Amino acid sequence: MSETWLLAVLTLDATVRVAAPLILAAMAGLFSERSGVIDIGLEGKMLAGAFAAAATAAVTGSAWLGLLAAVLVSSCLALLHGVACITYRGNQVVSGVAINVVVAGLTIVLGIAWFDQGGQTPALAHNARFAPIELPFADLLRGVPVIGGLYYELISGHNVLVYAALAAVPATWWVVFRTRFGLRLRAVGETPAAVDTAGISVEALRYRAVLITGALCGVAGAYLSTAQSAGFVRDMTAGKGYIALAALIFGKWRPVPAFLACLLFGFLDAVATRLQGVELPGIGQAPVALIQALPYALTVILLAGFIGKAIAPKAIGVPYVKER
Amino acid sequence: MSRELPRWIDIGVIPAANILLAFLVAGLVVLVAGENPLDALSVLLTGAFGYDEAIGYTLYYATNLVFTGLAVAVAFHAGLFNIGGEGQAYIGGLGAGLAALGLAGILPGWVVIPVAVAASGLFGAAWAFLPGWLQAHRGSHVVITTIMFNFLASALMVHLMVNVLIQPGQMSPESREIASIAWMPFVHEVLAGIGIRVARSPLNLSILWAAAACVFVWLLIYRSRWGYAIRTVGHNEAAAIYAGIDPKKVVVVTMCISGALAGFVGVNEILGVQHRLLLNFTAGYGFTGIAVALMGRAHPVGIVLASLLFGALYQGGTELDFEFDNITRDLVVVVQGLVILFSGALAYMMHPLALWLWRRWHREDMA
Repeated sequence: MSETWLLAVLTLDATVRVAAPLILAAMAGLFSERSGVIDIGLEGKMLAGAFAAAATAAVTGSAWLGLLAAVLVSSCLALLHGVACITYRGNQVVSGVAINVVVAGLTIVLGIAWFDQGGQTPALAHNARFAPIELPFADLLRGVPVIGGLYYELISGHNVLVYAALAAVPATWWVVFRTRFGLRLRAVGETPAAVDTAGISVEALRYRAVLITGALCGVAGAYLSTAQSAGFVRDMTAGKGYIALAALIFGKWRPVPAFLACLLFGFLDAVATRLQGVELPGIGQAPVALIQALPYALTVILLAGFIGKAIAPKAIGVPYVKER
Repeated sequence: MSRELPRWIDIGVIPAANILLAFLVAGLVVLVAGENPLDALSVLLTGAFGYDEAIGYTLYYATNLVFTGLAVAVAFHAGLFNIGGEGQAYIGGLGAGLAALGLAGILPGWVVIPVAVAASGLFGAAWAFLPGWLQAHRGSHVVITTIMFNFLASALMVHLMVNVLIQPGQMSPESREIASIAWMPFVHEVLAGIGIRVARSPLNLSILWAAAACVFVWLLIYRSRWGYAIRTVGHNEAAAIYAGIDPKKVVVVTMCISGALAGFVGVNEILGVQHRLLLNFTAGYGFTGIAVALMGRAHPVGIVLASLLFGALYQGGTELDFEFDNITRDLVVVVQGLVILFSGALAYMMHPLALWLWRRWHREDMA
């Protein structure tokens, strides 16, 4: 196996690792936004999930309990977002920003108060984390040219949450496009009045959508603190929630294109990390910061309609007022 | 519905109740963290107003928040939500820094400072122009684009500071120091010049510029033809078009004004305090500006009051670090978020309750 080939496979492997939380968060956002509720708060919910997972796993020693805690905490925040946006018809963007800011502060305050390590949670022991899973025959097939290496490095050896993220994409597609709930979900994001006329509660539908968003964000957060790293550090999402939002928009609010956008953004990040400090011929120091900014730039260009057109769900951001 | 409530309840009692709620919840957080909320409050207050130096710091923080608060407020009036204050402030600082670094050796201070101030406004406006233009002409939503522009600003600054503007032979990504003639004079130095002694603090004459910005925004929004156009577009775009106002132009110009105001944070930070270009000097002021604008109800007077409150929280928050083991200045971030939540997202929550109480009280009055 040549050096370049191995490097390429390893970069793709890193891509999958970086993209996993983005995929989970983008699928999360898809449910909320398709139902007509803007969610700027993916970032905050992920961060809260990461903290809850790490804190619970540190105390109980169980990664699975950590995951449960992450899903619960993130869902509570989603419920708060729902109360503000659906019941009280508040500004959805403001509510999302509020959740992000509250969580940014709260995770540090509680982290310091509970663990006394400057806002971090204690480093997790091996069994309090999600360990890589060796898929069957990985070792056996390792020697097989091309496919064996690909299988061993790229497909096998991830933790269960990575596979969950990958499974979330077809699952989301199936729910949104092949179930009755999905049909209603899409309808409520386009013309809520029609859904209401059909005798289906707009509010209940949107609450359900927002709660799914919360649960998936919790999983994304748990991935960050109990699978990718061994504990919570302050501001550990570092804009991933916004990147996921960008990917969702980049994928035009559709599961598969959003998934591909997550992979693209993950790939850019993996490449940027690999290029850290590398001298490129003709350019000099690789402009790592600029490569990392590409997802944002691409999203802006897409939104401006220069690469196809991203059309948001029609009723997005508009609280539904029942006619009397 | 809102007609039935008197004005003083609508703009006085309800906002106060929302802020009280925010502080109550923050108090609960302090309890959970294992400290006494009242002790924390008293430390905050002493830290913010207890001594001469503290007041200077409080006003210095408030100066930044007036700029970002006004920026968010001006956009609000046109129905736009500018989340990009952080990025615009960052790029505004870059403008101020570049102008001061480039010109301080060539021109006298009384020329360099105004040019640098103008540069910070121009750079900030330019960073807001694109999201505004894209919203007006290409239909991309300003909320999303300004978020993206925050990250782009941050990446651009990291690139410039690490690769271009870094002082040669130095490890930390900072530029060389700006020559002292281009510094915005400190208030304690100016006052010492006329014989009044106050404690040293980062408070500088940018605060006068902030005051001027408040007056400007008040005149613009409530007393000018432009302000009328901005508010009309914000209330009802169709009516604006019918009245002969071009909403596209209004959106672009409003975003530029908003960006320029946010950019002035660079004046206070770079010309006033840091005296060099560096990373992360915006420290979240752009986001706090959202809380300030919501709490101040997008009116300059409200924004000044809200800025003073948050300035006090910022300054008092540093005191928390010294006095308590279990709580830090990050508590202030929580308070900020809660204020955004209660006086922004849940703004309509208190209304039915207030209305119910008001009616009840009145019925008893009449009986």
